[in-house]
Amino acid sequence: MDPRDVIAEALKEDTRTIPQYLEFEAPALNEREWLRYAGVPFYDQDSVRATPEMTALMNQARQLLAGQCAYRVSFLVAPITRDEEGYPILPFAQHSEKLRANLEGCDKVVLFAATIGTGIDRLIQRYERVKPQLALMLQGLGAERVESLCDAFNQAVSQAASLRSGEVSALEAPSMTHRRFSPGYGDLPISVQKEFLACLDAERRLGITLNDSFLMSPSKSVTAIIGICG
Amino acid sequence: MRILDYMKDHFLFLDGGMGTLLQAAGLQPGELPERWNVSHPEEIIKIQQSYFDAGSNLVLSNTFGANGLKFNDEELEAVIFAAVRNAREAASRSSGAQEKFVALDIGPLGKLLKPYGDYEFEDAVAMYSKSVRLGVQAGVDVIFIETMNDSYDTKAALLAAKENSDLPVFVSNAYGSDGKLMTGASPAAMVAMLEGMHADAIGANCSLGPDQLTGVMEEYLRYASVPVLLKPNAGLPRSENGKTVFDVTPSAFAESVGKLLEQGIRIAGGCCGTTPDYIRAVVEKACSIQPVPTEAKEISLVSSYTNAVQFGEEPILIGERINPTGKKRFQQALRENDIDYILNEALKQQDAGVHVLDVNVGLPEIDEPAFLLHAVREIQAVSDLPLQLDTTDPVAMEAGLRAYNGKAMVNSVNGKEEVMNAVFPLVKKYGGLVVALTLDEDGIPETADARVAIAEKIIRRAAEFGIEKKDLIFDPLAMTISADTGAAMATMESVRRIHNELGANTSLGVSNVSFGLPNRNIITSTFFALCLQEGLSAAIMNPYAQEMMNVYHAFRALHNMDENCMGYIEYAQNLPTPATPSTTAAAPTPVASTSEAGHAPASELQTAIVRGLKEKTGILTHAMLAEKKPLEIIQSEVIPALNIVGADFEKKKVYLPQLLMAAEAAKSAFEEVKLAMAASSDEETANTTRCAFVLATVHGDIHDIGKNIVKLILENYGFAVSDLGKDVPAQKIVEETIRLHAPIVGLSALMTTTVPAMEETIKLLREQAPWTKVCVGGAVLTQEYSDAIGADKYCKDAMETVRYAEEVDQLQNK
Repeated sequence: MDPRDVIAEALKEDTRTIPQYLEFEAPALNEREWLRYAGVPFYDQDSVRATPEMTALMNQARQLLAGQCAYRVSFLVAPITRDEEGYPILPFAQHSEKLRANLEGCDKVVLFAATIGTGIDRLIQRYERVKPQLALMLQGLGAERVESLCDAFNQAVSQAASLRSGEVSALEAPSMTHRRFSPGYGDLPISVQKEFLACLDAERRLGITLNDSFLMSPSKSVTAIIGICG
Repeated sequence: MRILDYMKDHFLFLDGGMGTLLQAAGLQPGELPERWNVSHPEEIIKIQQSYFDAGSNLVLSNTFGANGLKFNDEELEAVIFAAVRNAREAASRSSGAQEKFVALDIGPLGKLLKPYGDYEFEDAVAMYSKSVRLGVQAGVDVIFIETMNDSYDTKAALLAAKENSDLPVFVSNAYGSDGKLMTGASPAAMVAMLEGMHADAIGANCSLGPDQLTGVMEEYLRYASVPVLLKPNAGLPRSENGKTVFDVTPSAFAESVGKLLEQGIRIAGGCCGTTPDYIRAVVEKACSIQPVPTEAKEISLVSSYTNAVQFGEEPILIGERINPTGKKRFQQALRENDIDYILNEALKQQDAGVHVLDVNVGLPEIDEPAFLLHAVREIQAVSDLPLQLDTTDPVAMEAGLRAYNGKAMVNSVNGKEEVMNAVFPLVKKYGGLVVALTLDEDGIPETADARVAIAEKIIRRAAEFGIEKKDLIFDPLAMTISADTGAAMATMESVRRIHNELGANTSLGVSNVSFGLPNRNIITSTFFALCLQEGLSAAIMNPYAQEMMNVYHAFRALHNMDENCMGYIEYAQNLPTPATPSTTAAAPTPVASTSEAGHAPASELQTAIVRGLKEKTGILTHAMLAEKKPLEIIQSEVIPALNIVGADFEKKKVYLPQLLMAAEAAKSAFEEVKLAMAASSDEETANTTRCAFVLATVHGDIHDIGKNIVKLILENYGFAVSDLGKDVPAQKIVEETIRLHAPIVGLSALMTTTVPAMEETIKLLREQAPWTKVCVGGAVLTQEYSDAIGADKYCKDAMETVRYAEEVDQLQNK
C-alpha cells in the first residue's frame, strides 16, 4: 500500500490513531550529504582532488551497506488541543516554547520514529577498530540514509495533507505541513524520548530501545513531530 | 497431566492478544498493564477465561513487562503472584473440558545488550532470574519467553529460566519481514542456540501475520528436533473509519495456521489483534488435522549471533590463526592486551574464506578465563562467524561459552574420563558442538581400530550426559609422517570409518601431518584433499595458504557442491599474480593536494603512506627492513609522511577519511617493524616513544568512532594509548590514570546528555590525579562547554589532540 494512502486515511480521523507501521523503498542517495556527514564538506567526485583511494572507499561503503538496510517508520496522528496558556497538549508530556511556536496554526500533529535498522551498526562496529576510515564513511552513509528516509516520509505526509485539504497539486503541499521538530532540539528535552517512543510502540515495531542517556539503538534512528495546518 | 506429556499426542493451543482487550476494558495509554493484575483482577480473569472457553490449553500470565526494570521488588512480587493467581482462577472458572495450563510470560527487558547497546549480559540474566524465581514460587507450569528480537537477550532469558527452575521453557522470537530478528539472527541460528541450551519448544510470535511467517516456520521445521510454536499477529494494524482493524479475519487466520499445523507446527495461538474468536477458529480447524510427530533431526549446527553453519554437507574451514603457539608477535599482542591485533586476524581469516574461527588465547602468564571471555565478546562485535573455543582450562571454557552469543564449537574433549566429566556438563548447559579427540588415558592409539573404539566410547559417555552424537565431531588426530610414515594412513582410515560406520562428523588439524618436512604446504594440502575424499567434515587450517584454498575450491567443484562452478571461478579468477614490490610499485607520483614544493613525499614508502595504500606500505616497509634499522624507518620515513598528511589535513587540503587512510597505511608499516623486532627479540618497542595517554568515551555514551580516530592518530605519533572504550565510568578512568601516572587524559562525548558525565570525570580526576591534563572533544563540545566543565583543552579534531599531546609530552621531558 502506498504510504501516502495510509497517512491520508489516518489524517481523516478525529481522535488519536494507533501507531501505524510503514515500509519505504530505499530513497535516492544524496552523495553530497553523505560526504558532509563523513567529514568531507567540499568533495567533488569529478574534481582533480578526487583520489582513486577515496572513490574506492566510497564504493566499498556503498557495497557493504547494500541489502543491509530496511527503511521503516512508525507514526501516529493526533489532534492538537491547547491548554489555557496556549501550549499544545500532545500524546507525550512537554512544555516547550519552541515547539509551541512550531505548531502555531496547526490542528493536527504527526509523531513518527524512523530507522534503517541495526545492519549499519553491525558494519560500523565491525570496521571502527580495524578500518576506521571505512567506519567513518559508513557512519556518514547511515546518517544520510535515515535523514533521506525522514525526507521521504515527510514528503508523503505533505502530499497526504494536501489531499486532505483538497489541494490536488503536490506543489501546494509544503504549506500544509510545518518543519519537522525532534526531541532534543531547542527547549524540548531529549528525555521526552521515552514517552515519545512508547506511544509509537517503537520497541516492538521498530526495535528501537533507549539507554539511560536517551540514546537510541539502532543508532541510525530519528524521532520527530510534524505539525499539520487545517 | 504434565504439559510435555500432553504435547506428545496433542496440539497445544495458546491464547491470543491481551493488549487490545485490556484497552477495550479501559486500560489507558501509558498505564502498565501488569498493574491491572492487582488493581483489576476481575478484568484479567474475564479475558483469560474467555481464552480457556475458546479452547486454549495454555494461557500466559499477564506479566509481559513484569521485570525489575519496571517494578521494585515488592511490587514485582505482588504483580507476578496476582497474575498467576488470576490465570489459575480463569482456568478453574472456564467450562472448557480441555487440559489447562498456565505459563509465566516473559517479554524482553527493552534494553539493547552490549556491544550494540549498553546493557550488560549478566545484568540481563539477573533481571530475568528475578521474574523467573517469582513465577516458580507462584506455581506456573511453563516459562514462556516471547517476542524476543535479539539473540543475546534471548540467551540471557533462557539461561535465567534454566538456572532458576526445572520447568519446561518455551522460547518464541519476533521476526521481521526479512525473516530475521531485529539484530540479524536467522531462524536456523536461533534453532541451533536454543536447542543447544535445551529449550523445550521454540518458534515465533508477533510482528507479522501467519502467512508472512510461513518461511520462518518452514526453516524451524527443517532444523528443529523439539516442538515448534507459532503465535502470529492478525496481520498488520491499520486505521479504518476511525477504528483499528487488523487485516486477517479469524477464519482466514485459522486457514493459514491450519496449513502450518499440517506441515508440522505443534503449538499455536495468536498475538496482537487476535481475540478468543481467532483461537476458537484455530481449534475448530485443527479438529480435522492429525498432528505431525516431532522428529529428531540429525543435523549438526553451530551458530553465531546471526547465522548457522551446518556440518556434514560441505567441507567446513576452521581458521587456526588466532593462536599464540609458535607466534612471537601474537604472544606479544596477548601480553600487551592488544585486542585489535586479534580482531584483525579474525577479519583477515574471514576475508580469506573460513567458516568458523578457532580462538585460542592460552599463554602461561595471562589470566586465560578473563581473556577468553574478553576475546569472545570483542570478536563477536566485529565478526559474524561462529567461534571454536579452544582451551584446556574448564574455567576459561565456561567463561567463554557463557558469554558466547550463539552455539559455539568446543575444542576439545577426549576419551579421558576426567576431561569428559569436566567438559560435557558445560556443553549440556550452554550448548555446543564438541571436538572429540580419539585419545585416552593410554595416549594416542596407533591403529584406526583403537581410535574408532575410543570414538564409540565417547559417544556412549556423551549420551549419558544428554549430549547427542550430532553434537560431537571427532578429531582422529593427524600425526607427522616424518616420525612415522604410516601415520597418515591410520588417520585417513579413521576418518573413513568414523564417517561410514559411526555416521559421525570429523575434523582434523591437518597441518600436523607435514611437521618437520620442507615446503610443508605440498604435503598438507594433498593430505587435506585425501581426507576430504574419505569424508572429512571440517579442517582446522591456515586460510592464508593458497594450496589449502586451492584444494577446498577444487574439491567442491569436483564433488558437485559448486553450482556451475561459480565458487571456483570466482576464486580462481581473483588469485593474486605473483609479483615483487619493486616491479609493481609505480613511480612516486605525488598526490595533487600535496604537490607544493618542499612538501612532497620524499620516497616511494612516504608516497604510499600519504596516499593510504596499506598493502603497498607493508610490502615496501618489509623490503626496506633488509637495509635499514626498524627505528630508522619510523623516524626517517613514517613520521615525515604522517607529518605531510597531518599538515594537509590542518590546511583542509585532505579530509578526515584520507587522514585515516594514511594512518592505517602507517600502521601496517609499524606492524612490519614490530614483527621484525619481535623476531629479533629486541627489547625496544617500535613506536611507543612518547608518554602514556588515557582515552575514553564517557559514561552513558555508546558512540566512539571519534575516539577511535583520535586513538589511531595518537598511536601513529608514538603515544602509548590506553583505550578504555566507550561508556566508561569516571572511577575507571581515574584508576587507569593513576595506574599509568598518565600526564594526559582525553575524553569524548557525542551527546549533550553525556556532557555532565564528562564534567564529573574531570572533577574526579582533579581530586585524585591532579597532575594530569584533560583534553576533551566530540560532536557536541565547544570551547565554551569545555571551559564550563573545567577541561584544560578543547580539541576540535584528532590533529589538534596530537599537537596538544605533544606539548604535554615535551613539558614532561623538561
